[in-house]
Amino acid sequence: MERIPILRMGKCLLVTIQVDMHDQLAMALQDDLASAIAAQESNGLLLDISALEIVDSFIGRMIANTAAMCRVLDAETVVVGMRPAVAITLVELGLTLRGIHTALNVERGMAVLERAAAARV
Amino acid sequence: MTSTVTVARSEFRRLIVERREDVLTAWVKEQLKEGRAESLPAVELRAQGDEFLTLIADPADTDSIFDTNSAAWAPARAFLADLSRTRARQGFSPSETASFVFALKRPLFAMLRAEFADDAAQLGDEIWHATELLDQLGLLTMEEYQRGREEVIRRQQQEMLELSTPVVTLWDGVLALPMIGTLDSARTQIVMETLLQRIVETGAAIAIIDITGVPTVDTMTAQHLLKTVTATRLMGAECIISGIRPQIAQTIVHLGVDLGDVTTKATLADAFRVALSRTGRMVTSATTKGDHS
Repeated sequence: MERIPILRMGKCLLVTIQVDMHDQLAMALQDDLASAIAAQESNGLLLDISALEIVDSFIGRMIANTAAMCRVLDAETVVVGMRPAVAITLVELGLTLRGIHTALNVERGMAVLERAAAARV
Repeated sequence: MTSTVTVARSEFRRLIVERREDVLTAWVKEQLKEGRAESLPAVELRAQGDEFLTLIADPADTDSIFDTNSAAWAPARAFLADLSRTRARQGFSPSETASFVFALKRPLFAMLRAEFADDAAQLGDEIWHATELLDQLGLLTMEEYQRGREEVIRRQQQEMLELSTPVVTLWDGVLALPMIGTLDSARTQIVMETLLQRIVETGAAIAIIDITGVPTVDTMTAQHLLKTVTATRLMGAECIISGIRPQIAQTIVHLGVDLGDVTTKATLADAFRVALSRTGRMVTSATTKGDHS
């Protein structure tokens, strides 16, 4: 079964979704992320969804749940590169992703995580 | 037989050719009586009339001479179309536009009556033919007038749509969206899409939605605004709403709409100042205190 790679950058994890998300893949990613954060004691997760063209309510909820899960594991989540169409869909679905950081691109997302890490100490 | 009929038919056109100056003078006078024509100088009316008379007299005498849809009348049709559209754009009323053709009747009929005073049958025929032809041309004027007005309306609609969604760059990384007019679902959808698209293109970190020009806000409008703000946030940019008028602020509160953690500022200038400070910039005076020389 295909899996989405989870890259480690220092204390942060970087996940880039570059394939079509289907439900099973999303569940697998969520499991992998939970164990990766716990195992590597990361304090930040950067989720790049700039290649994601279509979302449904399941994927939207998966993103929200992943962020909530990360907070429980004491890690900040930044979602970067959301496309306009995806943003509009999520808003129409009522998923406003409250409490999740967002950024326009990976570079700014990393800056957000660094600020969050600095505030933590 | 055909030749005699044709000759008889075109009698009034022969008159137009022969007594052109008289017809023209009387016609222009008639038009000036109609009122609105005073906004056009008599010289111009005369020039237009002169051209039109040439076009009426021009088509060769054939059986289809009284069918204004025939090819022989194409130049006259084009001339009238041009005239009607121009008048439509200049704000003439429909009857004022049509009177250009109809005013020709009185001088023409007077002339025919003088010409055929002793032949009632032919006078009747001639007047009928002239009326038929001029009525057709008059109707054509109306149709073209209508078309000209529709063109104006279409252009205005287009302009309104284009005007309604300008996203301007105030500063590097700061976008502004001045909204003017009533916000309905269709417009807000376009506004939202344009704004999000521009954020992607410019990589702007802050977008200011200025609603100074929005006359009223209802629950739907507030909802749309909130959606736009949320979508902007999801994309990783911040949104500031500015220019909320006192009445609108009251309405929002009375409607129970929760603007929550949306940053709101009184004026676009205030919002811009906030945007600059959030992107780590500030505006200072170029001259120091007491140094105004």
